[in-house]
Amino acid sequence: MPPSDAPPPPLEPVAGWGRHPIVPGRVERPEHLALPPGFEPLVARGLGRAYGDAAVPARPGGRVVESTRADRIRSFDPATGRLHCEAGLSLAEILRVFVPRGWFPPVTPGTRFVTVGACVACDVHGKNHHRDGSFGNFVERITLLTADGRLVQCGPARERELFLATVGGMGLTGLIVEVVLHLRRIETPWIVLETQGMASLEVLLEGLRLSAAHWPYTVGWIDCLARGRHVGRGILMRGRHATAAEAGAHRARRPSRLRVPFDAPEWLLNPLFMRWFNGVYAWTHGRTLRRRVVSYDRFFYPLDAIADWNRLYGPRGFLQYQCVVPRGAGSRPVLALLERLAAAGAASFLAVIKDCGPGSDAYLSFPLEGTTLALDLPYRGAPTESLLHDLNGIVIEHGGRVYLAKDAITRPDDFARMMPRLREWQAVRDRWDPARRFRSGLSVRLLGDPA
Amino acid sequence: MKVAFVGATRGMGRALARGLAERGDALFLLGRDPGEMDLSARDLESRGAAGPVSHAPLDLARPEGFAEALAAADRALARMDALVVTGGAFASQNDLAQDPARLAALLHANFTGTALLCQQAAERLAAAGGGLVCAFSSVAGDRARRSNYLYGASKAGLSAFLDGLDLAYRERGVPVLCVKPGFVRTGMTAGMPVPPFAGEPDAVARDVIAAMDARRHVVYAPSVWRWIMLIIRALPRAVLRRVRF
Repeated sequence: MPPSDAPPPPLEPVAGWGRHPIVPGRVERPEHLALPPGFEPLVARGLGRAYGDAAVPARPGGRVVESTRADRIRSFDPATGRLHCEAGLSLAEILRVFVPRGWFPPVTPGTRFVTVGACVACDVHGKNHHRDGSFGNFVERITLLTADGRLVQCGPARERELFLATVGGMGLTGLIVEVVLHLRRIETPWIVLETQGMASLEVLLEGLRLSAAHWPYTVGWIDCLARGRHVGRGILMRGRHATAAEAGAHRARRPSRLRVPFDAPEWLLNPLFMRWFNGVYAWTHGRTLRRRVVSYDRFFYPLDAIADWNRLYGPRGFLQYQCVVPRGAGSRPVLALLERLAAAGAASFLAVIKDCGPGSDAYLSFPLEGTTLALDLPYRGAPTESLLHDLNGIVIEHGGRVYLAKDAITRPDDFARMMPRLREWQAVRDRWDPARRFRSGLSVRLLGDPA
Repeated sequence: MKVAFVGATRGMGRALARGLAERGDALFLLGRDPGEMDLSARDLESRGAAGPVSHAPLDLARPEGFAEALAAADRALARMDALVVTGGAFASQNDLAQDPARLAALLHANFTGTALLCQQAAERLAAAGGGLVCAFSSVAGDRARRSNYLYGASKAGLSAFLDGLDLAYRERGVPVLCVKPGFVRTGMTAGMPVPPFAGEPDAVARDVIAAMDARRHVVYAPSVWRWIMLIIRALPRAVLRRVRF
C-alpha cells in the first residue's frame, strides 16, 4: 500500500480519444475512489473514450482521478437484473460477465470500453434511443462524492435535482463512486441484423422512422461524399436480440486482436482515399435488403475490434462532431450540414445518423427527439475549427445541440444557446460545488471555470 | 477448486481471484481489512464464485494466527484444496533503505510470514490428501539490482523456499507454484516509470490459472519476463555494476 505521505503522481500526457487537446496531468488510479488530499481541483476520468476535453485536466499539471481500478460489483440480482457496481466497472466487463448469463447493458454507446460512471456522466445513448432513451433512464441510484467530501445518494426520487444534474453532468457535480442500474434480459448473445442500401437522405430518414416501430436498434450510415441527388445516400441497419431458435448453431469467435501500432501518415486520409473508401462501402451493400445473424460485438462495437484505431488519424489527432436537431425541421438541417461538409472537402470515415426518441429530464442530457449525426474529422487546425463553428451555427439555427462527450471546439456562447436548461444545471452545481472543485478542460472552455 | 486466498482485494490478487470465481471455483478470503474483504467477496460472488464467499482475518506479519486462519478456511470451504498468496508488502528502495523498521516489516511479511504460512498449508493439504499452493514471488528475486535489492531479497528468499517446498511436497500430492510477475500495472507500481514489457493484471491472472491447472512449479507473467530474466541473470557482475537499473 502506498504510504499516505506519497508524493503526487508523476506528470503524464492526458487526452481524449481524439488526441486533441493533450494536457499534462497527474493521474491517480485508486482502487477506492476518493478525493485527493487538499483542495486542488480535479477531473474524473474513465477509459478515456470521450473524444475531446471532457476528461482532460483544467490546467497543465492538474489532478485526474481515473476510476478504472474501482471496478467491483457490489451486488447483482439474477431475478431482476439489478446491478450495483463501482463507477469504474466497464461495459466490457459487464458484457463479459453477464452476457453468458443472459443480461445486456440497457443502453450502450459505440464502444464497450467505457465505464459505468462515464455512461452516467455523459448520459450515453445508443442504437435503441428511439425506444428506450438514454442511459440515465436505467439508473436507480448514484453514489456521489461531493466537493465537501460527503457521500450523497441521489436518484430519480431522492435528491432529484442533484441526480438530474449528475446524469449528463460531465462529472462536474461530484465524483461518481457507485451506480445502481438495471440490465436487460436477452435470450442469446446474437443479433438479427438487417441492412439495406438507401438512395438518398429522405429515403434513409424514412427508413429509420419506419423501422423504429418494430426494431429496438436502428442506425444509418451516410456516404458523406455523395453529391447531387445522391446526397445522404447510405445504409440502414436495424437489429434485435436473436431468439435461441434464430441463433441456432452460431458459435462465438475469438475477439479480434488487431491493433494500430503507430500513427498513420496523414496522406492516408486525403479526400481521394476517402472517396474510394466510402464508394467501396456503399457498393458492397448494394440496394437489396440483407438479413443475417451476427455477434453482438460486430453489431454494437465494430471499431472495438481494432485497438487504438484513433491512431489512424495521424499524429495531429481528430475531432468527432455529433449533433442532434429536432425532428420538426425535417431533413433540411442534416442536408445543410452535409452540404457544408462537402463544400469544405472534409471527408469522414464514418458518418452515422440515427433518430432519437424523446429527451430526458436531465438538464444537460444530449439527445432530444429528432435526428443525430456523428462524424469524424481529422484535426487540421484553424480550418477544421472554423468548419465546426459553421456546423454549430446550422445546429443552433434549428434548435439543436452538440454532444459534450465528443466535443473539443464549441464556444461558450454557442453552447449556452444550445442548452435551454443550462441555468438550472448551473444553479444545482453552484449549490453542490460552489468552489468548482470538479473542473475539466471542458468546463473551463464552456462554462468559464477558472483554469 | 476450493481456494483460500490471501490478497484477493487488490491488484493482481483481485484479478486472479476474479478469474477463479468466473470459472466457478469456491473462494475464502484471508487478509487484514474485513471491510475490503467484504467488498471483494460480494464482487466474486457476483462474478460466479461457487457458494457464498466469506473471510477471516490473517496478517502475514503475525504467524501465530495462521493455524486458526487455515482452519477457518478449511471449515468454510468444507476442506480447502488450494492456498493462493498474492499479498505482500512493497515499498521503494529509498524508503526501505532509510527506515529500518519498515525494512524489517517487509522482510518479515514477504519472507518469514509467507514461508511459514505456505509451509503450514502444504503440510495441512498433504495430510488431508493433497492440494495446491501458489504464492507470488517476483522477478526481483531472480537477481539483485541496486534499485530494488531490499524488496528483491525478500522475494529471492521466498522463491528459494517455494522451490524447495515443491520438491518436498509434490510427491505428497501438493505441487507448489511460484509466480514471478514482471512489471505489472497495478496500484502497487503506480507512479513508477513503466518499463517495456509491462503487463496487465488480467493477463497475469490468465497465465497463473493456466500454470495452476498444469501443476507447474514456476511461471513468469507476462511470460516474456522469463527470457528477460534469463538475460539479466546471465549478465556479468561488471556489467551490473555499471548499469543503473
